[in-house]
Amino acid sequence: MEQLIEDFSIGLFFWQTLLFIGLVLLLWRYAWKPILNAVNDREEGIKNALAAAEDAKKEMQNVTADSEKLLKEARAERELMMKEAREIKEKIVSEAKEQAQAEGDKLIKQAQSTIESEKKAAVTDIKNQVAELSVEIAEKIIKEQLANKEKQLKLVDNMLNDIKLD
Amino acid sequence: MDDVRIPFLSIFLSVFMFCFGPVAFANMTESSSEPEEKDLKTKIDDYIQHHLKDSHDFSLFSYTDDQNITHHVGFPLPVILWDNGLVIFSSSKLHHGESVASVEGNHYRVYHGKIYKTDSEGTIQYDESDHPTNIKPLDFSITKSVVMILITGFLMFLLFRGLAKSYTKNQGIAKGAGRFFEPIILYIRDDIAIATIGEKRYKKYMPFLLTIFFFIWFLNMFGMTPLGVNVTGNIAITTALAILTFLLTNFTGTSDYWKHLFDPLGDSMPWIAKIPLYVILIPIEILGLFIKPFSLLIRLYANMQAGHIVIMSLIGLMFIFKNWIGSTLSFGLAFAISLIEILVAVLQAYIFTMLSALYFGFASEEHEHAEAH
Repeated sequence: MEQLIEDFSIGLFFWQTLLFIGLVLLLWRYAWKPILNAVNDREEGIKNALAAAEDAKKEMQNVTADSEKLLKEARAERELMMKEAREIKEKIVSEAKEQAQAEGDKLIKQAQSTIESEKKAAVTDIKNQVAELSVEIAEKIIKEQLANKEKQLKLVDNMLNDIKLD
Repeated sequence: MDDVRIPFLSIFLSVFMFCFGPVAFANMTESSSEPEEKDLKTKIDDYIQHHLKDSHDFSLFSYTDDQNITHHVGFPLPVILWDNGLVIFSSSKLHHGESVASVEGNHYRVYHGKIYKTDSEGTIQYDESDHPTNIKPLDFSITKSVVMILITGFLMFLLFRGLAKSYTKNQGIAKGAGRFFEPIILYIRDDIAIATIGEKRYKKYMPFLLTIFFFIWFLNMFGMTPLGVNVTGNIAITTALAILTFLLTNFTGTSDYWKHLFDPLGDSMPWIAKIPLYVILIPIEILGLFIKPFSLLIRLYANMQAGHIVIMSLIGLMFIFKNWIGSTLSFGLAFAISLIEILVAVLQAYIFTMLSALYFGFASEEHEHAEAH
């Protein structure tokens, strides 16, 4: 301890204190302040850039979500439209079918009635022709039979028989 | 990058040349070797003791020629004394303590690294315990240590001024030699200052912490060079640094700090119960106030002093052994210790800075932490 106090140099202490304080002040003004400020600014810049990147990312996500939503909506709308179209088509087809059926039925009915009336007319015609023919035949036969007396008598007999039978 | 580094290097070299250029005109002083033949061990011991002390001239090396005359190569430094007025003369007049310097009718002589006022013959009177009784004038000489402090300060200024300038020149990116120190500055800011003092108040302590860290580190490293100037292993230097820490701690202390010092228990118990406790507690707190910087100064001093003694002793052992095995072993050991000392150099700077920051943290803390003690 005595040795330590003996070694202690007031002059060196004085110079050290003076020079060190001078060095602190000098470096403070010309080195530490600009260095720390520059480093701070840089860190601030990095922080801001990171925040901006984060914001951009979020915005990007929002945009993606929006477009996805739009896509979904569009898809749903398309689906709806397709469904409606299908329904309309079915309706049209069924209506057409019904109409065709009705038309067909009507035509068939008409045809049937026409056929019926034609048939009737034809039958009437045939009847008339048959009657004419039969009258002609009967005339001819009668003419022939009446040409001979015997035969005429026979005929009268037959006819009388027939009448009797009736 | 190179455009910044080259100027720095060239400045460094020119500083180097400025400092060591005088070797060319270095005064080669001669002196006959000591009359009594000492054995090698005492010589080495004396040499180490001499090396650990500050000196009034910057000697680079000395050698003894065939005529047994010792030559000192180096350059003289100004001696500034306060002896009823300012006395200034060149240290070359002292001849490494071997002759008496006569200035304006006064005579001065160096004895064990200190300047004493003597008569024209240079006689030194001793008391019964072998201490000189001559008058010791106040010595404000620019000694070897002061020169090293100036060189270190100059280098630090160049280095960090260059770093500061490189930011504006390169849009906020460090370039040049200072770039190596940017992570260290950031480390001191983030892991020492902010960690111990806190985000709010660390800024005002930063210049002191940064300067003290690099100052101690660089001086420690200079101590490791062959010049081996033991500056940080000098008690006056460490005392000056510790006193600055002490003053800064107490002048920036908040009211909470002082309240904590004189009323450590706070409102946790009635005042009547605190009185007997405080009879013991307050003296301890006040003692602690002074023990903190004292431990700082002793730690740095002892570590650097011990490192120098160990390395120089191991180097001295090489000359004592004077055989292949012993000298090789002590060379290996000296090498290993040197590597450790390089680590110690940065470690001691770190510890001094860290503890200073810790004390500043105590002094500037607000109430929320004070309760925790």
